[in-house]
Amino acid sequence: MSSPTQDPQQVPSPDVTEDPTGGRTPGASDDILLEVRGLKVHFPIKKGVFIDRTVGHVYAVDGIDLQIRRGETYGLVGESGCGKSTFGRAILQLETTTDGEVLFNGTDLASLGGEALRTQRRHMQMVFQDPLGSLDPRQTVEQLLLEGMRAHGLVMGGGARERLIELLRAVGLPRTALSKYPHEFSGGQRQRVGIARALSVNPQLIVADEPVSALDVSVQAQVINLLADLQEELGLTYLLIAHDLAVVRHISDRVGVMYLGALVEEAEADDLYAQPLHPYTRALMSAVPVPDPVVEDSREQILLAGDLPSPANPPSGCRFHTRCPWRQETRCDTERPELRVVQIDGVPPSQRVACHWAEQIASGELQPHEVAVTLTDPTATESDHDEGLFGPASVIEAR
Amino acid sequence: MTAQPTADPALDRSARTAPLLAVRDLTVTFGRGRREFRAVDGVSFDVAPGQTVGLVGESGCGKSVTSLAIMGLLPARGNTIGGSATFAGEELLTMSGNELRDRRGRDLAMIFQDPLSSLNPVVPLGTQVAEVIERHKRVSRGEAREQARAMLDKVGIPDPTRRLKEYPHQLSGGMRQRALIAMALACEPRLLIADEPTTALDVTIQAQILALLKELVQDSETALVMITHDLGVVAGLCDEVNVLYAGRIVERAGRHDLFARPRHPYTGGLLASIPRLHEERGRLTPVPGSVSDNIPWEQGCAFAPRCSSAIDVCVQQTPELVPDPGHGPDRLLRCHNPLPAPPTAAGSGQPAEEETP
Repeated sequence: MSSPTQDPQQVPSPDVTEDPTGGRTPGASDDILLEVRGLKVHFPIKKGVFIDRTVGHVYAVDGIDLQIRRGETYGLVGESGCGKSTFGRAILQLETTTDGEVLFNGTDLASLGGEALRTQRRHMQMVFQDPLGSLDPRQTVEQLLLEGMRAHGLVMGGGARERLIELLRAVGLPRTALSKYPHEFSGGQRQRVGIARALSVNPQLIVADEPVSALDVSVQAQVINLLADLQEELGLTYLLIAHDLAVVRHISDRVGVMYLGALVEEAEADDLYAQPLHPYTRALMSAVPVPDPVVEDSREQILLAGDLPSPANPPSGCRFHTRCPWRQETRCDTERPELRVVQIDGVPPSQRVACHWAEQIASGELQPHEVAVTLTDPTATESDHDEGLFGPASVIEAR
Repeated sequence: MTAQPTADPALDRSARTAPLLAVRDLTVTFGRGRREFRAVDGVSFDVAPGQTVGLVGESGCGKSVTSLAIMGLLPARGNTIGGSATFAGEELLTMSGNELRDRRGRDLAMIFQDPLSSLNPVVPLGTQVAEVIERHKRVSRGEAREQARAMLDKVGIPDPTRRLKEYPHQLSGGMRQRALIAMALACEPRLLIADEPTTALDVTIQAQILALLKELVQDSETALVMITHDLGVVAGLCDEVNVLYAGRIVERAGRHDLFARPRHPYTGGLLASIPRLHEERGRLTPVPGSVSDNIPWEQGCAFAPRCSSAIDVCVQQTPELVPDPGHGPDRLLRCHNPLPAPPTAAGSGQPAEEETP
């Protein structure tokens, strides 16, 4: 185990941290830190009191391939229930994966267990949405920060104080914070403690699940800037999971858009926002309220009909076809589209989209049409007609 | 406990359009003596029929307490309410419980942030919506149910006949919020207070709900008070915006004016700290510190410790909410050292070059 101060993995290669767009240089594309292949996480839906019967599955993550390069920020956006948090947890092996591989530095984490997995976890840490809920109320900041470092054998006995103060300085907290408890901090400061805890073991990858959505806008900007600074300083790689497109666009190099357990589009952040190709991405971006009345008055919104279908009973074919204003008679409801590179002027090969008709939609050949609202019942499952004798179905869901 | 209406510059404009709701010097204090906390501190604003007024601020600025005080929904004990809130000339704050119950639901209605905890989980939806109609319109149960069905249909709930029999947990978040809006609108209220109606919803659903609210205000001349922390929501919906900080209004302006020329450093700071979808990515300029750094209003400007343009007088003298010179009587400002009138890059939203098609 290497000492915390001289970890060779911490030295960032200069080409990925020099400027914020460094992760996009072609030279960096070979250096892949995390590769996910065909990842699936299905939760069983159980019924019955004495005998558990599995009556269906919640297809939370249903076949995701993606690569994250060292030193880049990958933003994952989607609405609640699309499986983005489950995906983040599955990467850290906090959820049991149903199928697929998670290669971290070339090692398949899904095949690891016990001690081998525990050692790997040092290199990937998580920052959670709710800073109060994810910090033990009975531990001081010092205890909170030391716990992870002790567990990974990074500190022995005393002598850690300097490292702790260095961590606090990095996240912008005074050294007096060490002896305080989580409740003594404001929301923004708590999130800083959460970030310091993630940093304490010198990770390479940080999975940040909605790190700023619980914060007020003025404080949110402080934390966003902090994350950017830390990345530059320590050469961190981020997987940022968020629902706020503006936040994701602001700090990500590449962005993946998720809908019902799968990626529908993936591109460099600026390309995606300049020309979204998938109908869902378009709708999502047009739905974001823009703090500028001039834009708000002039822009045309694509209002999606209805709600997200239940992930326990996803639509056939393209998952989005039930709400898609560009839905066609053929293919959409029968054939599931794969992420593919499209031949459209001005669209770089790094932009991939899972839509059968992306070219025709982009050229204006296909026009949007009215969509009838289909009913979605959040409690519905595949076998909804099969009412259990002992009351409603209990959905086994990890938190 | 009456306000001094003549001292309030907001009254100038109310002479032109008769306000439906006139809030004057509203003050809400929790606790008493040394543990006193003033959540709302002299808030005044008017809402005219068909107008949408926004109350914007971060958590703890008193925006929700303002709405609860107006609706008479604050707990009976433990707080002191001062000032006045008149609805069509009638004082709401001193109204008896029975009278107020008559008004609420019929003339004034409210939509809350969290639709699941605002609906009764053990009563079918139809009964909950019909209840309001039965109570206020004095119609038969069957007739009320029929009207409830029509109402659910109007707010865009598919298959309303089936939904009437369902319980709140069987609906998705967006549908629950629609049901809550249906309840609020069941008796065609003249004033609707929406307290963060879309905060708990996803953006695509938020867009649906905002479009629905916009349509209602346009079609029925309903006055809408929109309480939110999201400046994006304000930009699309509100005619007039009040920015609250630590219980007081610090700036009031029409929405175009506010976003193009923010004058209060807090408003400017808020606008500069939001990442934008349609603009170049740069480093964000956050408002330093947090609300816990505030000083009491009595000692000066509560925002002064976090303010980048604070000067000596800011911590010595309390700024008053006065008309901003050169911006007409509708534009109010509470600041000793406001941002320059045509501000620098900070917060001035440029129209987007390219639009999402």
